[in-house]
Amino acid sequence: MAANTGTRSSNKSGPLLYDGAEWDFALVNKTYEAIHAIGVGEMGLDIYPNQLEVIRSEQMLDAYASIGMPNMYRHWSFGKHFAREESAYRKGARALAYELVINSDPCINYIMEENTMTMQTLVMAHAAMGHNHFFKNNYLFQQWTDATAVLDYLTFAKEYVAECEEKHGIEAVEAVLDSAHALMNQGISRYPMQHKSVGDKREKQRKRREHAEADYSEIWRTLPRAEHPMPLLQDVAVEGEQEAESLKLPQENLLYFLEKHAPKLEEWQRELIRIVRMLAQYFYPQRQTKVMNEGCATFCHYEIMNRMFDLGQVNEGAMLEFMHSHSSVVFQPRFEDKFYSGINPYALGFAMMQDIQRMCTEPTEEDRNWFPDIAGNGDPLGTLKTAWAEFRDDSFILQYLSPKVMRDFRFFHIHDRSESPFMKVETIHNEIGYREVRRKLASQYDSSVTDPDIQVVSADLSGGRRLTLQHRARNGVLLDKKLCDRTLLHVAHLWGYRVKLLEVEHEGGDLLREHESLPMP
Amino acid sequence: MHIVDRRLNPKAKSLGNRQRFLRRAKAEIREAVRESLRKRKISDVEGGEDVRIRSKSLREPTFGLGREQGERDYVLPGNREFSPGDSIRKPESGKGGRGQKGSADGEGDDDFVFSLSRDEFLDIFFEDLQLPNMIKAKLKSVKSTEPVRAGFSTDGPPSRLNQVRTMRNSLARRIALRRPRQTEIDELEAEIARLEATGNTSPAQLTEMREKLRHLLHLRKIVAYIDPIDLKYNRMERRPKPKTQAVMFCLMDVSASMTEDLKELSKRFFMLLHLFLSRHYAEVDIVFIRHTTQAQEVDEDTFFRATETGGTVISSALEEMMNVVRDRYPVDDWNIYAAQASDGHNFDDDMDYAMNLLQTEILKICQYYAYIEVHSDEYLSPFQSVVWSGYDTIEGDHENFAMRRVSGPGEIYPVFRELFSPTEA
Repeated sequence: MAANTGTRSSNKSGPLLYDGAEWDFALVNKTYEAIHAIGVGEMGLDIYPNQLEVIRSEQMLDAYASIGMPNMYRHWSFGKHFAREESAYRKGARALAYELVINSDPCINYIMEENTMTMQTLVMAHAAMGHNHFFKNNYLFQQWTDATAVLDYLTFAKEYVAECEEKHGIEAVEAVLDSAHALMNQGISRYPMQHKSVGDKREKQRKRREHAEADYSEIWRTLPRAEHPMPLLQDVAVEGEQEAESLKLPQENLLYFLEKHAPKLEEWQRELIRIVRMLAQYFYPQRQTKVMNEGCATFCHYEIMNRMFDLGQVNEGAMLEFMHSHSSVVFQPRFEDKFYSGINPYALGFAMMQDIQRMCTEPTEEDRNWFPDIAGNGDPLGTLKTAWAEFRDDSFILQYLSPKVMRDFRFFHIHDRSESPFMKVETIHNEIGYREVRRKLASQYDSSVTDPDIQVVSADLSGGRRLTLQHRARNGVLLDKKLCDRTLLHVAHLWGYRVKLLEVEHEGGDLLREHESLPMP
Repeated sequence: MHIVDRRLNPKAKSLGNRQRFLRRAKAEIREAVRESLRKRKISDVEGGEDVRIRSKSLREPTFGLGREQGERDYVLPGNREFSPGDSIRKPESGKGGRGQKGSADGEGDDDFVFSLSRDEFLDIFFEDLQLPNMIKAKLKSVKSTEPVRAGFSTDGPPSRLNQVRTMRNSLARRIALRRPRQTEIDELEAEIARLEATGNTSPAQLTEMREKLRHLLHLRKIVAYIDPIDLKYNRMERRPKPKTQAVMFCLMDVSASMTEDLKELSKRFFMLLHLFLSRHYAEVDIVFIRHTTQAQEVDEDTFFRATETGGTVISSALEEMMNVVRDRYPVDDWNIYAAQASDGHNFDDDMDYAMNLLQTEILKICQYYAYIEVHSDEYLSPFQSVVWSGYDTIEGDHENFAMRRVSGPGEIYPVFRELFSPTEA
C-alpha cells in the first residue's frame, strides 16, 4: 500500500463531491456517477445495471436471515437465524455488514441507512462495481446462474411454497423443506448437465421405462421365457445394470435423484425439492469464489477510492475513515489469535490481487521466474480481468499465489493424524515449501475435496426399494456420526423406504462403517 | 441508476418465519417462559426476555465430516517459529482442528439463546392462564391515551376543519384585499342597466362604469372567497389518560402445608392481578404480607422463598393489612386491592373473627378482594376447607369479593372475571 500511496496527493483538481457524514439521495446519485465514471470509464469494468436500495438495520437482519435473498419463501429456519442474529446484534456482539449484493440483473445492492456518506461511497465501489463485475464475468456464475431470472424464480418459489402451505398445511410443507434443506449441500451438480438433446433422450427412455413398469405384471415373470433362458442370478445382475443406467447411477446430486425417482413423493413435494435444489445450485458458485469475489470487490473499492482522492472528489477525512474500515476488513489474525476464524477471504483475495498488480508493473527476479507470463506485462487490469473471469478460488490460488504473498501471510502447512497427540509441520513458506504450501492451500478451497463425497449407488426399485448411498472417505475421514444419522433420517423421509449409507475407503473401496435409517411411519 | 428507498417497507418482513419458528419450538419456549416467570418479580411480568432453549425440533443437520478418524491437512497463516518437521501438541479437545472447521450452525445440542418480545412473552404467559382474547388484548395494550383539544393548526383532515376560525380568517382577508361584495356588483349592474335603458347619460360615463364593473368582477375572481391560507383545523393531541394510584396487597399463608408448587400457583395469581392493575393505574404499589399464626410484612423474595412452621391464623394477616393501610395508604388517595392465597387451613376459633374483620373493615375499603384456595391435583380435598366454608357464606353479599379454588394456572382467571369485565374499570 505504501508504494502506491506515496505518489498520490498531487494533482488535485475536481471539486469535492461531499463533505461530512450526512448523505441524501441526490448526493448518493452524484457520487455513484463519479464512481461509475472511474469503474466503468477508466478501469473498464463490465457490469450489470445497478439498483441501489436503502434499507434499515432490521431489514438487513431480515435479509441476513433469509440467506441474503430478498423475497425468500417462508420457513422456520430463517426465523431461527433471524432470532440468533438479532440477539447477537442487540448485544453488540456482532456488527452488520454495510452492504449486501444480489447476483441479479439488474444487480441489487442493499445499503444501510445508518452508513456515513463515506461508507456509502465505499459500499458502492465495493459492491456495485467489484461484486457486480465479478458476477457478470466469472465463468462459474455464467455457467450456473441466470442473473436475469433469479428474482422471478424467487417470487415464483415464494408463491408456490405459500400455495402448498395453504393446500397441504404448513407442517407437511415444512417436513419436505426440512429434509431438502438438510441435503442442500448434496443438491448440487458439480458438472454441467448433459445437453438438452441427451437429456430429452433420457427423459424419453425414462418415460418408456415407466410405461413398461406400469404394464408390468408379476404373473408373466413366472412363465418360462423361451427367448432368454438366463439363469436367475445373471438376470438380477443385468436388471441392476439396467437400473443403474436408467437412473443415471451413481448420482452425486441427491436432491436431483430424490426429486426424480423417490417413489412416494407427490408432484408438489417434488417441486419443493426442486426449488431447494435450484437455490443450492444458485449459491454453488458463491461458495467456490469467496476469496476471488471479495478480493475483486475489495481491490475495486481500494482503487476507486484512491482514484477519487486523486481527483479531489473526496477529502482527507473521508480517506481516513475509508482506510480505517478498509484495514479492518482485510485484517488477518494469526492462527493462534483468539480472533482467528480461518483465513480471511477479503485479506487473501485483496493481497493476491494487489500482488498481481505489482508483478505486472514492478516485477522482481523471483516473479519473473515464477510467473513469466504476467511479470512485467504492464497490463495489471487486463491480467486481473482474465483471472476474475476464468478461475475459482482453488484454481486461482494454484495459479497466482506468489511466494511473496505466502511470505507475507507466513503460511505453513501442518498434517494432523487423528490418533496422534501431535500435529506435524510439513512445509513452511520457504524455497522448498512454496509449491507444496500453495497446493495444500488451494485444495483447502476445493469443494470437491472439502465436501464429503456422497453418491447414490443403488435404489433397488424393482425389489425392496432400499436406497444405498456411498460416502467415499478421503484420508480415512468419516462422517460425523450424530449428524449423519440425523441427516439420513431426512433422506429416508424423502425416499420413503429404508436407506443405507456405506462409508468406504476412497481408493480401495473397503467398507469402513455403515449407517441405516428407516422413514418415520 | 435507480435508488429505491426501502426503509418504509413494512417492518418485520420475517414475521412469518418468526411465527413458524416459535411454533416449532413451542414446548421448549413455554418451559423457558415458565422457568423465567419463576425468577421474575411480580411487578416484572412485562418486558421481553432472553430465553435459552434446547430443542430437538430446531436441529438442522447436514452431512459433515467428523473429527475422530483420519488424516487432515491445514494451511495456517502467521507462522513465527516453526520449521518443517516440528511437532505441535494438539490443543485439548474443543479447539481442535481449525482449517475447515464448519460453523456449528445451531447443530449439536448447544443451547439456543434468543430474545422474546414483550408481546410474545405475554402471549405465552396468557396461554397458560387461558385468558379470553378480549382480555389479552386489553392487558397487552400499552398505556391508553385520549385525544384532547390543543389549539388550532393550519393542517389537518377535513373532518377537523374549524369553520368559525376559517371564516373569520376569510372575512379578514376579504376586507383587507377589498374583495367586492355581491351587493356592490348587483347595484352597479342594475345602475348600468338603468342608465342604458333610459339613455340619459354620456357614453364616457357608461364606459367608465362598465370598466369599474369589469374591475370588480376581476377582483372577485382573483381574491377567493375562501383561500387555503384561511383554513384552520382543530388540533388534537393524544394525552395519556389520567390515572390514579393503587396498592395491591398480597396475602399468603406460608405455613408448612403450602408447598413450592402451591406458592408458584399463587405467584401466577398475584402476577395476573398486578398486570391488570398496572393497566389501570399509573402507579401500583405492592405489599406482601405473609402469615402463619403471626403476620408480617416482607419483601418479595422472602415472601415466596421462606417457609415457616406453625399453624395458621388468617386474621393476623388481615390485621396487618389494616395496619399498613392506616399507616401508609389513606383510603382517599389509594385504590386498594387485595389478593389472598391459602390452602384453606385456619384455626377454627379464628374464623369468626377473621370473617368479621373482613366484612366490617376490609371489604369496605377494598375495590376488590380476591381469594384463591390452591391445592395440588392429587389431593382434592373432598370437603370444603375451613376458610372456604367460611368465605362461602359472605360471597353473595359482597360484589367486590371473589373466591375460587384452583389446582392449575388455567383456573386462575375466573377469579378476576368481574374485575376484567368491560363494564368495570
